[in-house]
Amino acid sequence: MEKRNVVSVRSILDRCLRVVGFLRRLARSRSGLVGLLILGLWISIMLVTIFWTPHSTSDFHFASRLQPPSLKFPFGTDKFGRDVLSRVLAGCKEVILLALTGTLLAVSLGTLIGLTTGYFGKWYDEIVMRFMDIFMSFPGLLMALLVLAVLGPGWVNVIIVIGVVFSPRVARVARGAVLDIKNKEFLEAAKSRGENSFYIMGIEILPNILGPLGVEFSVRFAYSIFLSASLGFLGMGVQPPTPDWGLMVNEGRDFIKVAPWIAAFPALAIASLVISVNLLSDAIRQLAAGEI
Amino acid sequence: MIRAVKGISFELIRGETYGLVGESGCGKTTVAFGIMGYMARNGRISKGRVLFNGKDLTRMTPKNLKNIWGREISMVFQDPDSSLNPSMRVGDQLAEVLRILKGVSPERAKGKVLSLFELVQLTDPELTTTRYPHQLSGGMKQRVCIAMALALEPDLLIMDEPTTALDVTTEAVVLDIINDLKARLNIAILYITHNLGVVAKICDRVGVLYAGRLVEEASVRKLFKDPRHPYTRGLLGCIPELGETKLTRSLFSIPGSVVHPKDLPSGCPFSPRCSLFTPECEAYDPNPTEIEKGHRASCDVYEKGMNKAMGGQPQTDDRKAFQPLDDGGSEVLKVAHLRHYYPFIRAAFTGDLGRRRTEIKAVDDVSFDLKRAKTLAIVGESGCGKTTLARCIMGFLKPTSGSISLEDQDLMVPVEKRDKRTLGKITMVFQNPESTLNPKHTIGYAIGRPLELSRGLKGEPIRKEVARYLEAVNLAVDDAERYPWELSGGEKQRVAIARAFASNPKVIVCDEPTSALDVSVQASILMLLLDLQTRLGTSYLFISHDLSVVWYLSDYITVMYLGKFCEFGKTEEIFNPPNHPYTQALLSAIPIADPEAKRETLRLTGRVPSFVNPPTGCRFHTRCPRKLGKICETEEPPELEASETHKIYCHISINELMKFKPVISR
Repeated sequence: MEKRNVVSVRSILDRCLRVVGFLRRLARSRSGLVGLLILGLWISIMLVTIFWTPHSTSDFHFASRLQPPSLKFPFGTDKFGRDVLSRVLAGCKEVILLALTGTLLAVSLGTLIGLTTGYFGKWYDEIVMRFMDIFMSFPGLLMALLVLAVLGPGWVNVIIVIGVVFSPRVARVARGAVLDIKNKEFLEAAKSRGENSFYIMGIEILPNILGPLGVEFSVRFAYSIFLSASLGFLGMGVQPPTPDWGLMVNEGRDFIKVAPWIAAFPALAIASLVISVNLLSDAIRQLAAGEI
Repeated sequence: MIRAVKGISFELIRGETYGLVGESGCGKTTVAFGIMGYMARNGRISKGRVLFNGKDLTRMTPKNLKNIWGREISMVFQDPDSSLNPSMRVGDQLAEVLRILKGVSPERAKGKVLSLFELVQLTDPELTTTRYPHQLSGGMKQRVCIAMALALEPDLLIMDEPTTALDVTTEAVVLDIINDLKARLNIAILYITHNLGVVAKICDRVGVLYAGRLVEEASVRKLFKDPRHPYTRGLLGCIPELGETKLTRSLFSIPGSVVHPKDLPSGCPFSPRCSLFTPECEAYDPNPTEIEKGHRASCDVYEKGMNKAMGGQPQTDDRKAFQPLDDGGSEVLKVAHLRHYYPFIRAAFTGDLGRRRTEIKAVDDVSFDLKRAKTLAIVGESGCGKTTLARCIMGFLKPTSGSISLEDQDLMVPVEKRDKRTLGKITMVFQNPESTLNPKHTIGYAIGRPLELSRGLKGEPIRKEVARYLEAVNLAVDDAERYPWELSGGEKQRVAIARAFASNPKVIVCDEPTSALDVSVQASILMLLLDLQTRLGTSYLFISHDLSVVWYLSDYITVMYLGKFCEFGKTEEIFNPPNHPYTQALLSAIPIADPEAKRETLRLTGRVPSFVNPPTGCRFHTRCPRKLGKICETEEPPELEASETHKIYCHISINELMKFKPVISR
């Protein structure tokens, strides 16, 4: 029994060290470093705002509505007198978690489709990929709205929508990566042992396509942030009073001339997050290609 | 800063072919590019000069160098596919060289192109000028490249492994042409290769490179007969000589592996692997010194040790040969009348009317038996169907008809449907060591997985077994934790062999397992295979295009052409008459590492016919130098029995076939 505990602690430590090593390598490139810093900042903010924000995100301060940035309210206040800073800081939770979960769903679904179509091929491949083409021919936002019209607004549905909209693109990348290695002899060696298709796809092929999938994940993550913010803007995402950056931009639209800070700060927040993830995905691509 | 090449000096003389020999990574291509001044951006010549016709190329401006390229020094590369522009007709490409580099007018260029094509013995030059590269065979493409290199009548022709990518019979034709050109045009040729057989055939003088240094230089006869550097001796010891089989001697293999230029030891670079190493070697500055006229070597151990009677190859003489296992072997694998056809829809592009369904008869009525602990080699050139045959036996392909049985178990079932007991009994070793192992799995997993499947072991017992297997293939037990990218090509192939043996198979199909490896590594792999066969009694189905390896290794040989067997017999029987004409052509074409070997020259004309439209009757009749007549075109050749074990499929009678001189005389 004792031996087992030691082994599992060791393997956890091992994995932590590997993650740290991975991050250190990413930090070696300029884009990786900047991306890591900004994303790291937002993640720290996310963790802090679980417990504390400068002001409440939903309390109205009727006396100080539409105030410009000041010491008390560094990002100003909105039309209800809510502190914009607190709402921006707290809003990152929703954006990051929604986008992350949605991307995870998209990548899982896409990998599953890509693996099976790439491996089995033939008519299954043809039919499924043509369906994927149909899905991809719709602009992402339009497709999302279509699905949400059926499912209704809400954060769970936004996650589902992100998964549905982006999985065809991931599937295409995964399928391409599978086709690249399909003719390698170690797969024939596995077949000659009598391994079944699930083993070959999951244990022989999957570890070898993680590189392109990792890059694809980070790219889709950036798009997901954008998509969930756009849906929030249209009121289809998280419902008030939970702060949502997209929704905040929408609410600030009417006051853009008199109180631009209401829309500007959430917009800047969205931009910084998307840029940081893009920089990171560039660094991941460099890592996968062995350039760093 | 890595010093890839050091202290190299040699001379190239007109009318002479100088062979630069070495294994992969020894720096031969670096030397060639260095001569031209054509190096990568991070490469440069740090010391020394290159005197070409009196001019120092290292001191020339890039502009002047460019004037020399193509005009006075030309180069032919290894892969003709990437040397030719796929979107231009070859005649136009050659004419372009003449027009741009020499200002020849288009009309005169056309005539020159034709004469150049005749120079390289391309049949039907007029027609060839209108062809695109993809319409030509490998040998023809390479001849076009040679013609392009000679277009402006250079003084020096550098050839970097030009025949490595070609089939053996095609290679023989191209080598003949190169020999012919050297005499006719009075040019100097620098021929880079790792194949000592080719060197023996066409080179006048040879320089041997190791880890970026010239270790020996001599005339070709002297080098093969009386090598004076331990590395040269080691290389020659790795190659089976004419007539040598596993029953005669073991192959020598140089221990260790080639060291990276940045890890070179001080003194002699070969010292870590040299069996004659003395502590003095570390201080020794190995520049080649003259031993006798025309023969330089950078090791004087043989001179100093002459008194100690240190003749012969180091360590080869005391290696035992292999004892054959009992001859009353039982049949392990039986293949009868196997056919694999697959449908081919001829598209309209090929110029035929409409679409017609035809069949490609990749394997057409093949039968053989394989006995316990014996090796059957299937020899043939690319596209003859040997790989298809192997894949049918392994179950990756579904044969059209016939039967395959492994010790009473039917193998006509695709691999997905075979039962567990059958699966472990026949395994495969693949050709390419780079892709034979999963890069994301450790070595221990690669070997452990088949163990787990075939014996149901898990955990600690598997680790012990994996360690045993690693030791059996001469790898370290620690290697179980390593990943494939940490190992060399030879080591990866050893892991592949260990993996193949893990399930205790009766038969192992080896699909050209050593073709991608260096000569010294190849020798160690062959020895390993033989050793394991003697110990475990496994049978091998050895697929290869390399007749000298096959001669050494196998008990039985079958020669395959366009899906059919031409000849089948014991090894000794195949190398002496009577023979199928194709076998004779192969025997006369394989490069043999002995400049004194006398051989009949039997060259095949024409191209290998495509599978889509195989010749009627005997498939070989379109290229057969001994074609009898109409009968060869209309009727399938009968099976002739030269002996109980020796069968030939030909219309010519055995008595007539006996009359032909043996191709190789010793």
